[in-house]
Amino acid sequence: MSNVEPTADLVATPEIALTGQGVDGIELGPRGKRFETLHFAVRNTKLVIGFCVVLAFLVLAIVGPWLTDATPFEFGYPLGEPPSREYWLGTTAPGQDVFAQFVYGLRSSFIVGALAAVIASVIGMAVGFVGGYRGGVIDDVLSMLTNIVLVIPTLAVLIIVSAYLSVGSLRSEAILIGLTSWPWAARAIRAQTFSLSQREFVSLARLSGQGTTKVILREIAPNMSSYLFLTFILLFGGAVLTAATLDFLGLGPSQVMSLGLMMNTAVSNAALQLGMWWWFIPPGVGITAIVGGLYVMNVGLDEVFNPRLRRT
Amino acid sequence: MTRYLARKSLLYLLTFWFAVTIDWLIPRLMPGDPIDGLVARIQADSTASQELHGYFTESFELDQPLWRQYVNFWRGLIQGDLGPSITYVGSSVSELIWAAIPYTLALLIPAIVLSYFAGNRVGAMAARRKSLDNTVLPVAYVLTATPYMWLAIVLVYVVSFRLELLPVSGAYDFSLQPAWTWEFARSFLSHWFLPFLTLFLVAFGGWAIGMRNLIIYELEAEYASYLQSLGAPSRLVRKYAYGNAVLPQMSGLALALGAVVGGALVTEIVFGYPGVGTLILAALQNRDYFLLQGLFLLIITGILIANFIVDILYVVVDPRTRTGIQGS
Repeated sequence: MSNVEPTADLVATPEIALTGQGVDGIELGPRGKRFETLHFAVRNTKLVIGFCVVLAFLVLAIVGPWLTDATPFEFGYPLGEPPSREYWLGTTAPGQDVFAQFVYGLRSSFIVGALAAVIASVIGMAVGFVGGYRGGVIDDVLSMLTNIVLVIPTLAVLIIVSAYLSVGSLRSEAILIGLTSWPWAARAIRAQTFSLSQREFVSLARLSGQGTTKVILREIAPNMSSYLFLTFILLFGGAVLTAATLDFLGLGPSQVMSLGLMMNTAVSNAALQLGMWWWFIPPGVGITAIVGGLYVMNVGLDEVFNPRLRRT
Repeated sequence: MTRYLARKSLLYLLTFWFAVTIDWLIPRLMPGDPIDGLVARIQADSTASQELHGYFTESFELDQPLWRQYVNFWRGLIQGDLGPSITYVGSSVSELIWAAIPYTLALLIPAIVLSYFAGNRVGAMAARRKSLDNTVLPVAYVLTATPYMWLAIVLVYVVSFRLELLPVSGAYDFSLQPAWTWEFARSFLSHWFLPFLTLFLVAFGGWAIGMRNLIIYELEAEYASYLQSLGAPSRLVRKYAYGNAVLPQMSGLALALGAVVGGALVTEIVFGYPGVGTLILAALQNRDYFLLQGLFLLIITGILIANFIVDILYVVVDPRTRTGIQGS
């Protein structure tokens, strides 16, 4: 299915676990609730594995550049040498250090993924909350907009926009991805907001004269915080994949090393024909591990947050 | 049912209008003059370049008022005239696109259909058996997280270069001409298999995960517990669960199309497969804006048509849309 819009498992969540409810529906205090979540979190294999994988690569992305003197675009190293004690991941055909490229590329992936996910979450939440809570004409218009942007394939828009507007920085790449990847999140959040806004405590808040913004921020958002967090993780993973695709097409920033750009240069410099596997294997492993780790983490968290899934 | 399809058609018409307008607007909003780039490519001297600039501006009707340009854009579109290509001088954009479409469809349609059915089957099986769940699911997660181009790169490297089992580039052997012969069919299939496999594998992972999770949700639902408490065989319960789980998977199919098409583009590039993806790369490298505009419209139109087909299939599968009851 979709890489960019991994919806089915998220959208299908029939009900969100209500904050503050214990295993048997006994109300716990906020502290008890936190301990309970933690209790299930550390015992969930999927969550632990996914979290460790993502954390390992995050640490490598942060620490990696200090472990090497080389910079990603610097020439002057041996030409096309396999991994050795001196060059941990070998060197490229024109003589660059693959390890340096890899760790700087990992950094780019995390930066673009996080920034794009933040932007897409903010738009998705704004559209989803307002549409789901207000209903009526506003909801109709927002839903129509969401559905239109949802149908248009993200990558096609990104290709045509970045062809004209040469993307110079990670920030602009992230903004472009964020601006195009929000619709499924908006749709999922709208559905959850709609079902929450029918509950009594929301009606009570409304009757007590609180404004729309206040009700959304104080009553609705906190009660679906776990759901929002899951959405953020999926957006993060999707953005990392989209960024890699753009970089592979040569549409990302050319002055910043990224994992997609590594694959691009490897393919165009005939690394496959020359058998230089150390050049094109690491970037793919990095992306797959980060995205896969995030997805597995997402399922684990879902089981932790949603008591009905814990039995399985 | 007619109401359901009418509403969907209206949405798709609006989307089409929106997409065409974006397609028309983007080149006019962006900084920089595409004509300048075009003239610079031809590398004429300054007086000639002035003239060329005027010539191109006139022939692309950029000197006319905006609303006129917009109307002309639509007129050209309806007549199937998308302008000339800059990359392949002498060919029109629509000729190039028509030549590329069959190759892309030959990859996409089998990959989408087979991965959907295989993924649903395997996902449903994984939800049933713990041992299968523990083996298939991790593999599915790795597959769905894999970037298409990287899987393509790995397959080319292992199968074509190391094992030398299958040919690498193009859609058929360069010494052959497309014809209805066994030799050509064999050559075509041997070039087709790896790009197809790439698309199939990544998409398969997503479907398997989706179906597995949906079945587990369904088995937790009250109707499933009720049936079980009545003593219904678990086979029957699973059959109902599957029937309900197929619906969100089908709406997921419409959403997934965009991603699979994107995957097909980069996969084609790795394999040098002469479809739409390779054409996009050529257009990008040569800043061929007319070709890009045309390709964008092609992808949008294809996605909209595919969405419509999925909607019709949805009516067949979901009885509620037929009787006019809207599911929540």
